[in-house]
Formats: sequence, structure tokens, C-alpha cells
Amino acid sequence: MSDEKARVMPPVPGEPPELRSPSVQRFQLANGLRVLVVEQPGLPIVDVQLVIRTGAVCDGEANAGHTSLAVDMLDEGTPGRSAIEVAESIEDLGASLSMAASWDDSALGLHVHTDQLEPALGLMADIVIRPTMPAADFERKKQQRLTAILQEKEEPRALASQAFNAVVFGGTHAYGSPLHGTRASIERMTRDDAVAYHHSFVRPGNSFLVVVGDISATALVPLLDRVFADWTDGASVAASVATPVAAPVAPPVAAPVAPPRGPWPPSASTFAGAGVSAGVHIVDRPGSAQSELRAGCIGVPRSSPDYFPIVVLNTLLGGSFTSRLNLNLRQDKGYTYGAGSSFVMRLDAGPFIVSTAVDTAVTDDAVRQILAEITRLREETVPADELLRAQSYIALGLPRSFETTADVASHVAELEVYGLGDDYFDSYVRRIRAVTAADVMRVAKQYLNPRHMNVVVAGDAAKIAEPMRALGIGTVYNKAIEE
Amino acid sequence: MMVHIPFERYEMQNGLRVVLSRDTSAPVVAVNLWYNVGSRNEKPGRTGFAHLFEHMMFQGSENVPEMAHFSLIENAGGSLNGSTWLDRTNYFETLPAHYLELGLWLEADRLGWLLPAMTQAKLDNQRDVVKNERRWRVDNQPYGDWDERLQMLMYPSDHPYHHSVIGSMEDLDASSLEDVEEFFRTYYAPNNAVLSIVGDFEIDHAKSLIDRYFSAIPSGPAIPPIPGRTQLGLSLGGEQRVTVEQDISLPRLYVGYRTPAYGTPEFYTNAVVAQILGYGKAALLYRTLIREQRLAQDVVAYAFPIVVGASMLVLWATALPGVALDDLERAFHAQIDALQSVESRDVIRAVSLIEARHLSDLQTVGERADQLSMYTTLFDDPARINTEVDRIRAVTVEDVRAFAARYLIAGNRSVMHYVPKHGEVAS
Repeated sequence: MSDEKARVMPPVPGEPPELRSPSVQRFQLANGLRVLVVEQPGLPIVDVQLVIRTGAVCDGEANAGHTSLAVDMLDEGTPGRSAIEVAESIEDLGASLSMAASWDDSALGLHVHTDQLEPALGLMADIVIRPTMPAADFERKKQQRLTAILQEKEEPRALASQAFNAVVFGGTHAYGSPLHGTRASIERMTRDDAVAYHHSFVRPGNSFLVVVGDISATALVPLLDRVFADWTDGASVAASVATPVAAPVAPPVAAPVAPPRGPWPPSASTFAGAGVSAGVHIVDRPGSAQSELRAGCIGVPRSSPDYFPIVVLNTLLGGSFTSRLNLNLRQDKGYTYGAGSSFVMRLDAGPFIVSTAVDTAVTDDAVRQILAEITRLREETVPADELLRAQSYIALGLPRSFETTADVASHVAELEVYGLGDDYFDSYVRRIRAVTAADVMRVAKQYLNPRHMNVVVAGDAAKIAEPMRALGIGTVYNKAIEE
Repeated sequence: MMVHIPFERYEMQNGLRVVLSRDTSAPVVAVNLWYNVGSRNEKPGRTGFAHLFEHMMFQGSENVPEMAHFSLIENAGGSLNGSTWLDRTNYFETLPAHYLELGLWLEADRLGWLLPAMTQAKLDNQRDVVKNERRWRVDNQPYGDWDERLQMLMYPSDHPYHHSVIGSMEDLDASSLEDVEEFFRTYYAPNNAVLSIVGDFEIDHAKSLIDRYFSAIPSGPAIPPIPGRTQLGLSLGGEQRVTVEQDISLPRLYVGYRTPAYGTPEFYTNAVVAQILGYGKAALLYRTLIREQRLAQDVVAYAFPIVVGASMLVLWATALPGVALDDLERAFHAQIDALQSVESRDVIRAVSLIEARHLSDLQTVGERADQLSMYTTLFDDPARINTEVDRIRAVTVEDVRAFAARYLIAGNRSVMHYVPKHGEVAS
């Protein structure tokens, strides 16, 4: 029977279930490759990630995108199979094999039915050990990459994000260039560069393997030993372990790098130095239906001792639907479909970035609101109930991160790349809950200074330049679309 | 390869259909509701309204204050969303298992008691949000209006799929609180909904909670028929062509074929055909247009799982710089024609890839719940979560060849050329 009174108040939750975080077993193969296994009974699926610990951060501005294109070439043929035959062999198994470079590493991912694990691993190993990278296939992939770069110039989200990275990191760090390269850097790349990447870095001593799924580790390890038996480090690897081309960057103490283009138009320089931000950069898209907005600065590396307070801080500001930025810009003002923020944490300090897309007519006020919300977190103690909500969102949401084998494999790979320790998730909830309102204010003051932040807008300059100048938050620059 | 998802299905006195599926492998639970209403049910002058209404369902109800729907679920560590499509509107949350009751309470309150909480201010706010959603998805995206234009070509003006889900700015502006009330009273009733729960819970406990929160919601009046023409012949009756000039640097080809509706046996052949042509690096169009002939930057193929009158197979390919769209189109049609002599190896590969994708989809409780709701809403048959794969497996090479010969022909297609404005072509 229905109970009319029962529906007036939200129900009280039952007993929380026990958190089961992935239990990682570690092995080492005869060739030195380290293996991390999580036995996850359930659907007959296995996810395998081979992580190569040389990422795009080693490219540098002149060679931006070379790591990512080299990694893209790995499945373009083996001694026994053409590029098409490799694809057919994988797909005949109902498997999918993907590969991608990130800033901190490069990874091959295999997703396969447990019944087909052995032949699929054989194909994966063949690609890793003996990629042939035929010249014609390299030229095709290179042309496709150049075309993708061309397409991004008309995609407002990509345009705004790339301009933001260039402004914040430009000239000081690889993070300022697109991960997949620029027209100039890709045109410079040859097949030899891809072969050299493979030769130098795709080595067992520079890699580790994560296997997650409905498998037993004791049966798996002999299989891996067999499949990867021909993969060895050789002589050259010790000398060629990658080092980033730029030293790690610390959060700036003064305004970051000088804007790469002159004031726009020049008369705007009356505002120089008078603002509360480091500058406003407009990427002109005449007739743009919206303004794509980015705002932020250099953030922190993944190893930051303030990781947990920062995660809570970001959840309060822009990490969930009920975060302040979204409540303000979407639910209160109706300026946007959504607004959010993130600290992108890598081995080096990645960006802190606010992202949203707003109606052109309210671009100036949206920027004002973003800076105001950041300032509020620096100056006002966060209310206890709001802090608790953010902490609960993070802590109670943890089990959702472990639903799929692919998700678990990604998390386990992060444990290894960032040296977090296999018991990391066991203490995760406790450390999130331990963050205080004072911690939040401290990290907000330390890492979120509007005066160090740059604002980037991809939008219709004819309509937004004047309002942005009138906002008085800093010099307004024209940010040209890079080739 | 067989995986069997267990479930229990029943119907409440008010017509709400319920599907329960227990799985204790993770301490989470998914609550999912499908309402059998989508943009197809919109009346003239109110395109986009079903979606705008979906937004209003998150703005609070009689006992749920404004924003509390979001904050209560996020407070519990849950994720939530809703979506609107041609044939349906769905609402869903994944919660820690001990918060199942919260999800049911929230869903019941907005199904039973939404209107007391509606205000003009909320509607005005969400109208602005949705208009910005349209700008973000459609108006500020290269090629962003392709589906809107293709639907207009593929379906006659009196068919409910003639207009897009997102709708027009003018129609969004015209929407009123009276529309909200009428739409709610017409379509948001237990007899037009399916509730699915998947995850770590006890079946009997869930039943008693569902009874506690949903049984007081009365059944609504009979659901009116879908407006406009809902029967269609399975041929477009002639090729239709349009050229669209946009601020783009690379021309793109869109081709749509009229095909049998989702649920008919031939739809599964359509799904296999889409897989053969466009999914993965071994797909026919990837192999030929991208790898061998180097005409295209990308290819996409998609069989629309829609049920009113007829579905469509949609494909597109973006021309590489310097490639004329006419050359790309010629090569494209040659591959479509070649499908009439496709080899069985391509069919077998496509079937195994669809099977694998189906299995992967079942890894999350949210996706399982959504599928159970979908099969119950569209076909009154939740068992399809286990049997749909058999329909894919039954597709033969002869089926694919016959399908291509009957449907993938010039007289049954619409062709759109997206070209750069002012003849600007990238080199």
C-alpha cells in the first residue's frame, strides 16, 4: 500500500555496502615486463593495456605530435600481415585494439572475449614487437593527421582549448602545443621518426602491462611469457629512456608568459596592467553562434601533496552538475548548456581550466561570473553542508569507477604511471573525507589567483571585443588561429 | 559466447511496467525510466518541446525543491541524466546500492506530482539553457545541422520524423507553461512508462519500495496516437539531392537510404550492413575510400533504431583536401553496389563485432537497465536483452546481398553535399 506521508521527505539510505576496490596482483615476465593483473569475475571480457612510459611530453614544440603519430602507426602492418590484414585479423576475433599517446605515456588497449584472449594477445604482441610501418601507410596516416589539424581550425571547442594551452604554456612547455601536432611539426615528420620511436621506447623495460577481467592470474602469466617471449630490451634502451624536453613548471608567481600577439586593437592597451586577470584573448570566429570560453592558469602535477583538497575544491567549483559554476551560469542565468572546471594533473603541472560555451550577448558577464566564483572560494569559507555534499559525491561515487574492465584497467594504469601505490584506493575515501573548509580556502588561495589567469574566447570578435574591454579585467588581445 | 541476463517483469495496477534484474557484482544500482514519448509526438509549432519538457522534469516536483533532484543524487555519489530522442524520453541514475530508495522516491515524485512545482521562471530559464544547447550542438558546429536537413529529406512533411529532436528556436520561444501542463497530463502517466532497476538489491525489497512510491500515482487517459502520417512505403520513390554551403574547408557527403523500421527482421540486416560498411578499420568503406583510394578522411555508417513507419541507413564521408565531392560520391556508390556481391567473411566478421559490442554494453548496470526499458517500451519484450543477438546471428550473406539490391539503390536515397562557402576549397 502506498503511504502518502512517506513521499514528503527523501528516504533515509540503508546500510552502505562494503567498498571493493580492485585487488592488484603483480608479476614480472622473463623479458622483464612488469604485469599488473586484476581478476574481475563476471562477463567473459578481458581488457589489456600495454603502457609505454614515453608520452607526448617528450616531443617539444618543433616535433609536436610525433609520438602520437608514431603510436598510430603500430598497427599498420607486421611481417606476416598488411595493414588491412592486421585490422581484419583483430576484428575476425570480435576484438578491438586501440592505441593512443597521452602526455605522460602511450598505450595500446585490447578489449576481447575471454575465449579469444590468446590469439588476440598474439596479434597485439606482433604489433608491439614487429610493426613494419610501410612507407605508403605512413604517408596516408600523415595526410590524415594534417587533415584533422585543418578540420580543428573550424571546430570552436578545439580552437578555444588549443588557444588556451598556447597562451598558458606557450613557449615554456610542451603542453602549449597540441598533443597531436601542428601542421608544421607533422609536415616535418618522416617514417624514420616513427620507426625510431618504436625502436627506442617500445621496450619491455620502458613498459608495463595491465590485464583485467574474468581470468585467473596463474593461467595468464605463462601465456604472457609465451606471447611476449621475443620482446627484449636490446642494448640501446638504457640510454634512450625519455626525458621531457622542458623542466617541470611551477605555478607562476607573476603573470605567466607574455601573450604571443599584440594588443587588439592597439588602443586597448589603456587597460594593460589594470585588470584582475592576466589577459583576455579573442580567437575571432565571425558569425559564431556562441562564445566558447576557457579561463585558467597552470595548475599542479599529479604528485601534488594537495591532491585531495584540490579535488574537493574543484568539485565545489566546477566538477559536478551542482557545482557553483554550473549553478550560476546554467541554472541561475541560463547563459549556457553547461559549465565546468578541472585541474588536469600530469607528471608535470597541467592546466587548471574552466570551460563553457555561452550566448554571445552574455560573454562578458559570463567571464565576470567565473572570476567572481573563483574569488568567492578564495575569500569565503565554504558552508559545511556544501563541503559535505562535494565530499560525498566523490567518496560515494567511487564504486561507479570500477564497473567495467576498461575502467579498472585505466585506474590501475594510473596507479603505476603516477606511483600511487596499490593500496591507494583503500585510503581514498578517508582522505577525501579529511579535507576541511580551511584546506579548501588555503588551496584556492594558493592555486587559483584570478590575476594569474588568462581568459580565451573563441567567438565573434566584432560583438564581444568591446564588451570584454569594458569589463576592465585586463588587456584584450587578438589571438590568431595558428597554422 | 552466450550470456544470459536474468530479469523479472510485472505490471502494476496503474499500468506501470516494471523490470527488475539483480546483479551483486558491484555495490551499485541503476534506476531507469522510459516514457513512450519523443519528438515524434510533438504537435505543429512545438518542435523541440519533448526535449524542453525533459529539462523541466529536473526542476523539482511537489516534494522535491528546485535543484534538489540533482543535489540529492550527487550527495549520494550518484550520476544522473535524461535524454530525448525521436521515439522516447528516458531518465536514469546510477547510485550506491543503499540509495535505491532515494532514486525511486525522486522518480515517483516527478511522475506523480510535477505540476505543483512548475513556474514561468523555471521554464524561461530552461528555455535559455536549451537554446544554448542547440547553439552548442547544432548552430556552432561544422556540419551541425546535417541530421535536421536529412530528416527533412527522408520523411514527408506530415511524418513525425520530419523534424529534429532539438527543434527550432522559434518553436522553443513559443512554448508556454500551458504546453508543459498539457504535455505532462497527456504523456507522463504510469501507463506510458517503464521502470527498470538493475544492480545490487533484493527483489522483494525493491517491489515493496516501488509499491510504496508508485502505486498512488493514478493511471492516465489513453495515449493519443502519434500525430501525422505514420505509415510509409519502403521506397523514397526517387533520388533527392541538395547542396548545402557552410563555413567549412572540407566537403562532406551524406547519404540516407529508407529502410525497414526497427523491430522488423530486415532491420537486423540493416544493422549488419552498417557494420560491414562503416565500423572499424576493416570495414568496407574504410578499407576502400580511406586506405586504398585515399579519397576520404573519415567514414561513418549508422542504422537508426527507430520504429515509426520506416528507419534509415545513414552514411557519411568527408573528402580529403583536393578531392572533388563528385569523385568521392562515385567511389562511394561503387562500394555500395559491391555490397550486392559481399563475401560471407565480411558478414561473419560484422556479426561477431556486433555481438562483442553488445556484450561490452552489458558491463554497466546503467546500460542494462536502459536496454530492459527500451525493449519493454518499444516491443513489450524485455527478453530481447538476451535474444536480440540471435536476430543478428541469423543474418546471412544472402540477406545482406538481397537487402543491398532492394534498398541501397539510387531511387531510394537522399544525397547531401556539404560544400565550403564561396567555393573555398582547402588544398
